[in-house]
Amino acid sequence: MKRSLILWVPLAAYLVFLVVASLGLTQKNQTVIQSRMIGKPVPGIDLPAASAMAPALSTKQMADGKPRLLNVFASWCVPCAAEAPQLAQLAQRGVRIDGVAIRDARPDVDAFLQRNGNPFHRIGLDARSTLQFYLGSSGVPETFVIDGKGIIRYQHIGYIGPQDIDTILTKLREAGA
Amino acid sequence: MRPLFIFLSALMLAGPALAQTALPPAPYADRQLEDPAQEAKAMALMQTIRCLTCQSQSIADSNASMASDLRSEIRERIARGEEPEHIRAWLIERYGDWISYKPTADPILWPLWAAPLVLLGAGGVLAWSRIRHKKVRA
Amino acid sequence: MIAEAGLAALWLAATLAGLQLLLAWSAVAKGNEDARRLIRPIAVAQGVLTCLALALLITLFLRSDMSVLLVAENSHSMKPFIYKFAGAWGNHEGSMLLWVAVMSAAGAAVALFERGLDQRTHVATLGAQAAISLGFYAFLLFASNPFARLNPAPADGQGLNPLLQDPGLAFHPPTLYLGYVGLSVAFSFAVGALLTRQVDARFARAVRPWVLGAWILLTLGITAGSYWAYYELGWGGWWFWDPVENASLMPWLAATALLHSATVLATRDALRAWTVMLSVVAFAMSMVGTFLVRSGILTSVHAFAVDPTRGTFILALLGLYIGGALALFALRVHTVNEGSRFDPVSREAMLVLNNLLLCVILGLVLIGTLYPLLTEMMGVRVSVGPPYFNTIIGPITIALMAVLVVGPLLRWRHDDPRKLLRRVTPSIALAVLALAAALILSAGRIGWLPALGFAAAGAVAIASVLPLWKRNLLRTPMFTYGMVLAHLGCAVSLAGMAAESSFSSEKLAAARPGDTFEIAGQTVRFDSVIPIAGPNWTAMQASLTVSRDGEVIGTARPQARFFSDPPTPTTESVQMTHWNGQLYLVLGDQLEDGRWQLRIWWKPFVTLIWAGGALIAIGGALALIGRVRRERRHKVQARKPARERFA
Repeated sequence: MKRSLILWVPLAAYLVFLVVASLGLTQKNQTVIQSRMIGKPVPGIDLPAASAMAPALSTKQMADGKPRLLNVFASWCVPCAAEAPQLAQLAQRGVRIDGVAIRDARPDVDAFLQRNGNPFHRIGLDARSTLQFYLGSSGVPETFVIDGKGIIRYQHIGYIGPQDIDTILTKLREAGA
Repeated sequence: MRPLFIFLSALMLAGPALAQTALPPAPYADRQLEDPAQEAKAMALMQTIRCLTCQSQSIADSNASMASDLRSEIRERIARGEEPEHIRAWLIERYGDWISYKPTADPILWPLWAAPLVLLGAGGVLAWSRIRHKKVRA
Repeated sequence: MIAEAGLAALWLAATLAGLQLLLAWSAVAKGNEDARRLIRPIAVAQGVLTCLALALLITLFLRSDMSVLLVAENSHSMKPFIYKFAGAWGNHEGSMLLWVAVMSAAGAAVALFERGLDQRTHVATLGAQAAISLGFYAFLLFASNPFARLNPAPADGQGLNPLLQDPGLAFHPPTLYLGYVGLSVAFSFAVGALLTRQVDARFARAVRPWVLGAWILLTLGITAGSYWAYYELGWGGWWFWDPVENASLMPWLAATALLHSATVLATRDALRAWTVMLSVVAFAMSMVGTFLVRSGILTSVHAFAVDPTRGTFILALLGLYIGGALALFALRVHTVNEGSRFDPVSREAMLVLNNLLLCVILGLVLIGTLYPLLTEMMGVRVSVGPPYFNTIIGPITIALMAVLVVGPLLRWRHDDPRKLLRRVTPSIALAVLALAAALILSAGRIGWLPALGFAAAGAVAIASVLPLWKRNLLRTPMFTYGMVLAHLGCAVSLAGMAAESSFSSEKLAAARPGDTFEIAGQTVRFDSVIPIAGPNWTAMQASLTVSRDGEVIGTARPQARFFSDPPTPTTESVQMTHWNGQLYLVLGDQLEDGRWQLRIWWKPFVTLIWAGGALIAIGGALALIGRVRRERRHKVQARKPARERFA
């Protein structure tokens, strides 16, 4: 009797595999790494100005009572150019947007802003992705919603499409805008 | 098959999202620390930190610009005297357990460490009982 | 017309496979003699038809017939001949056709050449093979038709990416495929034997050449893949425990275990149930591997060449065949006699230990590979990588090597532990010597795992050739030489791994022309960097002069390449091979101040890793030839059941 029970063990183990595999198939694949910094204060870092068209950025001064967006971008990143109209629209609606240019050079950022417009209040130059690591961000573009107390409330990974504007605005409202 | 897969992933991701910057690499991205002991520490850590943009490689063997920035960050921190496990904890705080190839002590990973013992134990009992059993009957 | 003919051949073959299954059922269950006689020709015809379909697809690729969707998407009229040829299976549909063609050809071979089994089991085996083939025909015809037309036809194809145009990549996947398919034959034999309750030495002898063949190909495939990753990725790593690598390793582990247990069954008529189980597991691992790679569930971010329906289809086939076989196993195997008995000190016992350790490794690779998927369902993302696999699997591998030292020196059934001790003394002596040498050479700074690796390599090196001791070398059977060579290959490979992981040195440098660097007693001078261009790439090419003791021993020209379409940067590393290791040179980026990054590694004895893999494969080939020849001779001599000598 005992022996015949053991004989069913392989089948049982196999069924476990099948269940895991089929759940894995049906599950919507998470392709991005979410930051763990949501709900925590923005790490304070001073960054030099990335462009002649906007002042430098210090993330130490984000607890000034006003919610804002922190947009992680780069002049060499094509989706960043593609989300420019959406950022412009947000800026038009009175959203304050600060930018961080990753691994960038000032002339390139200038050219990028001239081409795509400048929705940014301030832009910091993060030549070595340092702020990115502090934020738990894993690529460009990414956009963080930061509340008036300087707490990160939301992370949007990838390009902001026209369909994402409402979500961003809602998250900003929730953050106290 | 892995190279094929790496190539294919490169192919698919080679689009705009991963266009790499023309900026030269960070100072310690591909430069060893002067102190061999520190360099060994840094290297051991880098080999267990997963690359964020390439997903299936450690930052120690990736060409991605973010990986090279992180290498530089790690080497500089080690040079300043920071402990490797402290840096790992710092990264996990930001990116989650995912970023560390070295399984942490998180309870969700306990079964993973128990697996070898369970398999060896069960297999050993099965094999031993059969052999002895046969000897008794023989 | 060619495409339609190919499709027709496939449909016809699928129909024949269905017929083959029905006839097999009728013959085995009802004892229908007419049905039994028809099966062999049908299996052969099915094999011929699918090979014809494959030949037609290759013809379409060679003729660059762009009215066929698959050709238009994957080929280009200007592509070199060899890549047009290999392009036929360098894509999902084509590779599935290759799989089916090899599978049916293998079925035809079983129908034509297998004479050792009793007829009912033989027919049941062909029925099982037809059943598996049917699933893959369905997959091919309903979900991945390679012959679909494209209307209107484009002027030319989209081409194959330049990076894929590598001789290694053209033949690496099909090698693994052939291995997987070989294991499908072992699976069919197991199902056939279970159905007719004929799990005995004859089953083991029938299955062994197929397992050996598959195992040789898997060994070659994994070895080649590892070397490819080593030179192509430009960071000097040769094994990453990546899910796709693990997918190819798991069937190999199962096949290695099966190979050894089939030997016990063939020689001593023991381990019956276990061998059948392993035959099922080996093919299950092939399918699991294919599933993991094709469905992309583990490498989610690379969700590209992956179609969810394909994953679902493969999973359904997996569930049907492997689940069915395991259920059959559970229901039937207790009616199988346990077979001969043996002592704890006997070659059988050591082979049981070998199987146990191999299966534990297999289980751990499987669990480690799937674990991130499991935790993701609970909302936690984790990574299981080299630190886990090396820590856990390293020691078990060392234990496996210890078994390898003892096993071949033991007699079957029963042996005297004191005599054994005398026989393993040289191995233990060399192990101690190797350990001491490693400790002295590294000044005690070697890790415990590489240190044990050296000791194990030393012991195995001696132990592997001891079976030839005091034997008439001319009369020693070829398969014994095969075993010796394969075991020696393990020692060689292990020594390479231990040497690479403990004695490598690394030099990362920023260099201006004229700078020199010292590494492992060699001087590398950075002479110049020049821009060069190829047909579809541009590159910066460095010129490095390597000298030792003032004497120039070679020039290396590593490149930083940039392919334009799609924009892909690659590093073309250079390996300078010496008898005692490789100098690995890579050109990196240019720094702000105009200097160039250089990555230089000295990897002592690293080539032994792949040389060992090749030795293992050659040993397998000798064993295969030896076994087949011996079986032939037995058949010619007499029709009495072959009783093997102690090998």
